Amino acid sequence: MSRVTTISEQGGFWSFLRSQLRPRGKILTPFNVISVPIILLGLGILVVRFTQGLGSVTNLSQEYPWGFWIGFDVITGVAFAGGAYTITFAVYIMRMEKYHPIVRATVLNGLLAYIFYAGALALDLGRPWNIINPIIGNSFGFNSVLFLVSWHFLLYMLAELLEFSPVVAEWLGARRARRILSAMTLATVIFGVTLSCLHQSGLGALYLMAKPKIHPLWYSEFIPIFFLVSSIFAGLSMVILEGTLSHRVFKDQIDPKKHHSFEDLVIGLAKGAAIAMFVYYFFRALIFLHDKQWTLLRSGWGAWYLLEIIGLVLIPCFMFAYGVRHRSLGIIKTAAVLTLVGIVLNRLNISIIAYNWYLPVRYYPSWQEIVVTMMVVSAEIWVFRWIVLRMPVLREAHELPSDTQEKPERAAAAASL
Amino acid sequence: MNRRDFLKVTGVAGMALTGTDAKGSESSSPSPEFYGVLVDTTRCIGCRACEKACATEHDFPVPDIANDGALETQRDTSETAWTVVNRFDTSEGEVFVKKQCMHCWQPACTAACLTNAMYKTQEGPVIWRSRKCMGCRFCMVSCPFDIPKFEYHEWNPKIQKCNFCFDRLQEGKKPACVEACPTDALMFGMKRDLMEIARVRIYNHPERYVHKIYGEHEVGGTGWLYLSAVPFEEVGFRTDLGTTPYPEYTRDFLYGVPLVLFGLPALLYGMNQMTGSDNED
Ligand code: SF4
Ligand code: SF4
Repeated sequence: MSRVTTISEQGGFWSFLRSQLRPRGKILTPFNVISVPIILLGLGILVVRFTQGLGSVTNLSQEYPWGFWIGFDVITGVAFAGGAYTITFAVYIMRMEKYHPIVRATVLNGLLAYIFYAGALALDLGRPWNIINPIIGNSFGFNSVLFLVSWHFLLYMLAELLEFSPVVAEWLGARRARRILSAMTLATVIFGVTLSCLHQSGLGALYLMAKPKIHPLWYSEFIPIFFLVSSIFAGLSMVILEGTLSHRVFKDQIDPKKHHSFEDLVIGLAKGAAIAMFVYYFFRALIFLHDKQWTLLRSGWGAWYLLEIIGLVLIPCFMFAYGVRHRSLGIIKTAAVLTLVGIVLNRLNISIIAYNWYLPVRYYPSWQEIVVTMMVVSAEIWVFRWIVLRMPVLREAHELPSDTQEKPERAAAAASL
Repeated sequence: MNRRDFLKVTGVAGMALTGTDAKGSESSSPSPEFYGVLVDTTRCIGCRACEKACATEHDFPVPDIANDGALETQRDTSETAWTVVNRFDTSEGEVFVKKQCMHCWQPACTAACLTNAMYKTQEGPVIWRSRKCMGCRFCMVSCPFDIPKFEYHEWNPKIQKCNFCFDRLQEGKKPACVEACPTDALMFGMKRDLMEIARVRIYNHPERYVHKIYGEHEVGGTGWLYLSAVPFEEVGFRTDLGTTPYPEYTRDFLYGVPLVLFGLPALLYGMNQMTGSDNED
């Protein structure tokens, strides 16, 4: 078991790396059996996409220039990753120590989500090699919201990497580097939270100029603020679900002392989500009343809108509140699932469903677009698993030397996700 | 001072600090004098000579205008046709309308473009520069007239849209379509002059025209202007686009960015300090 070996013990960085690259645990797990073919198929589709053009594998058209890869992978994926900035804000800025145990996993999740989902943006670019232009300053479109969003993506990934780097330093046993990197945490968190606010809202601002194309029930000059506020509870719901999942899957990695506080933690997160959702709901209702859109409700679009705003915002909001009150993790988890469905619906409504809503042609993602999306998600889970099984993400580095060596079978069980 | 002005002032201050310019580095103040074309739909006979001339000039497949029966259906511009003529059956009989990029005074497409590949030239034409474009298609999402088209079946795709024959203009020539038009339905000139001419035509023949010049104020004003005998919504124009230049819709957001970028970290640091320094890592 080389789980806790460090470079010094192993003699040489390369042999250390080699030992860490060896697979841990069973190879034939359900997740592997499903994800490997998906990843291979996805790679095949990407080859076609980069040689024959976007139209060969996607259903994109002149009417729908942005489809599932942007609407789901980028716009929805980044909202789901909102947990990282919310939790780091709570822990490092507001010093809510209660949430400290989940900080590392959340930051790792956020970092990977950005690398993979914001990275999916590159798959959608027709001429990705020219991405260099707005980066090296060859052509700065300062007046472009997309320019801002992509720059903030890049900088934010850097901030997340810095926030996560103490973990890597621990893993490598580089004590000095760890101390230096930890000392930078507050600064990177402040930077990261700021950038997050800007690009979460920026994703909404992308649609400001599409005013005549988006159904009036969804278009508002406040889309950026809606996107920002909803990314808070989207992120928190994601943390609740991911937390319960990794709690189960990586059981032996988690310090038993933390089991007790886990329930408290989820309830705290649910409280936060309920408040953010109520603010969001209130604000959207206010805009609706202000714009006097009553007549718009009397159509299929109206029912669809009410489903999103009542069924998937207000109801889960009350469920969170109820779950907090009665300390019911089951209700909280259900509410988290509903919330995430609501976020998917909201983002897809703005980017695809209520976009060009008056046209006879409609856009549906092709199976290839869906496979590539599944590939991106699977690849992210692979990397997440690889890191969690090796680096001190869920456990504290200094706490465990002998512990895992005694129970190799449990470590193997964790590895067989 | 209202919220907007406040955002503007602070935004400008922030930009001075970062050395950026929210309005864009190159085309910051679009000049009021620029080229346009006046399309008088009452003079158009639907011969599609303009389509043919455009395709020839820009190396696209040249339509067989005499025999292809293209007027039977409503067509949109495409990645191989920068301009199309459509027929509408109206209360005043058949009306033919040419469609192409409107060459907006303050274009949504150039404001959207993060590489300045879409570019508003001093002279007025909005052109696309292949060496800069990264194919994100944000220009297509933003253009209120749905003009930019994308080559979905190329490994190295281009954005295709009318460029007002920018090369010809620089040689002192007229756009190919204007030159090809046999009936003077298309008239090339400075927008200011074209507006005068359009007004005179309406004034002299109030029975022939609706009292409106499409493009005078739409989306902040466009280089291409249209006259019509029937209300514009009957001949395929959107009349709900408003008169605000589209870049305005994102301007508040963009002005707010430097404000947040400098203000929020200070606020966060303050909050951190206020919560006490008892538990350092
Ligand atoms: S019509 Fe569209 S493509 Fe043409 S200048 Fe205006 S915004 Fe750009
Ligand atoms: S597709 Fe090209 S021209 Fe259009 S906004 Fe993107 S980079 Fe600019």
